Amino acid sequence: MAEYRFKTPLSEADMRQLRVGDSVLLDGVVFGVRDANLIRIFDHKIAPPVNWTGAALLHTAPNVQKIGPGKYKPLSVGTTTSMRMDRFTEGLLRDYGVRAILGKGGLSPRSAELMAQYGACYLSVTGGAAAMETLQIEEIEQVYWEDLMPECIWQFRFRGLGPLTVGIDTHGRNLQDEVQQRAQQKTAELLRELGVG
Amino acid sequence: MRRATSAADVPLAKGIDGARLSLYFARAVRMSVSQNFYELVETTCRDLYIQSLKEIPPDVVEAIRQAAARESKEVGRRIFSHYLKSIELGRTENMMVCQDTGIPIYWVEIGGNLRLDGAQLTEAIVRGTERATKEHHLRSSIVAPLTRQNRQTSTGDKIPIIHYEFRRDSNELDILFMPKGSGSENMSFMKMLVPADGIGGIKRFVLEQVIGAGAKPCPPTIVGVGIGGSSDLCMTLAKKATTRPLGSKNPDAELAALEDELLTAINKTGIGPQGLGGDTTALAVHIESAWTHITCNPVAVNLQCWRAERRRAKISAEGQVAFGF
Repeated sequence: MAEYRFKTPLSEADMRQLRVGDSVLLDGVVFGVRDANLIRIFDHKIAPPVNWTGAALLHTAPNVQKIGPGKYKPLSVGTTTSMRMDRFTEGLLRDYGVRAILGKGGLSPRSAELMAQYGACYLSVTGGAAAMETLQIEEIEQVYWEDLMPECIWQFRFRGLGPLTVGIDTHGRNLQDEVQQRAQQKTAELLRELGVG
Repeated sequence: MRRATSAADVPLAKGIDGARLSLYFARAVRMSVSQNFYELVETTCRDLYIQSLKEIPPDVVEAIRQAAARESKEVGRRIFSHYLKSIELGRTENMMVCQDTGIPIYWVEIGGNLRLDGAQLTEAIVRGTERATKEHHLRSSIVAPLTRQNRQTSTGDKIPIIHYEFRRDSNELDILFMPKGSGSENMSFMKMLVPADGIGGIKRFVLEQVIGAGAKPCPPTIVGVGIGGSSDLCMTLAKKATTRPLGSKNPDAELAALEDELLTAINKTGIGPQGLGGDTTALAVHIESAWTHITCNPVAVNLQCWRAERRRAKISAEGQVAFGF
């Protein structure tokens, strides 16, 4: 399993070389998104106030301390379960040119197909390990849609975010889904061991 | 208000003269709390909230260490190293280990000898929750279900969730707090099985739900299982089961054996940390049970993430506070 380090914005070529299980560090701007702001973009049809061509989006809603108008200090920034936002993958890749979605828990087989098609990856952040992630933030540069606090769009600048694990690559592999499929295939055998017919 | 002497008091009174007996009733039995007591509950609940987010319980840390040491998969070992590093940063850098401030849940056990005002107690717990949020800049994770309005206080209608229980012959208020994260809370499942489904139906349901949850609850999890009761009690039992310290077993031998059996099966699924593949999918299976109706065979599963945050404080009637887990 290879190790990579990229600076955002990301290119299609960057993403096409990754394979599931590879380890990635990211430097530069990463945008925090999640349920409420993605619902506003795709269900209420309000375009994001920022250009996401080549962007890395992180599924998060942080704990912050307000230190001035529109200015926040990160206290705890971690990662939330991606599957809730699965239906937004197509729009993010097709309409806004997003190159990487960062989250925890994985995305669906449909999202993996879209990532292969558009040349994007799912980078798995270690869920629950927010303390480590928070110390990798250099600054919260901008906050958009503060009315959705804490589900605003957050513009973080990271130094060495990760190590992230490539969960979905552009070659049709989807690590978390494969692991779950294998577990499902074992169900009957495990039930027999439990004495259940 | 006079307290009636019950049968349980009689052995205590043996060999005690009249004067000492009245002292016993005055001091030990009728522990009316002062107004300061509620302020103490408030500041204690505030402290429980922030401490629970920063310090992972020692039994959980040890279980994660052991799971990390025996992990055979490279990706799994990488994930465990991130868990251990974040646990360490929580302590050394005074940081929240996870960003999810959760749904605040309190399990409050009221000593039977305490005389207190339940309404004031509840208000103090709510204020403590709000103060933790304001004073420590916690993310308020609580919204109205339809409008999604957020008061930015971590409280709302019927939140925090407070479960009250009672313990005979105790002079203490025992508060167990858990900030229940949503990644694992969203992985909650309940089914009204029928008696004909038997124990086999229960085993099947638990295993299928854990596999179905996959990576989403931040494994390795504590698998809380409720068996019996009504539908609502069954889910409460499953939640309560997740608060039990690791290493504890259900006192009923048959249920304890079922805990072991299910854990062995779950750890053969290969789901592993973060669902990226590995040897440990659950740290424990904890079962709590209640009797049920002749036609019912309810089972509930409530998962708890790898951090299994919980913090406890015992407050004596005199106002001494002891923190623990």
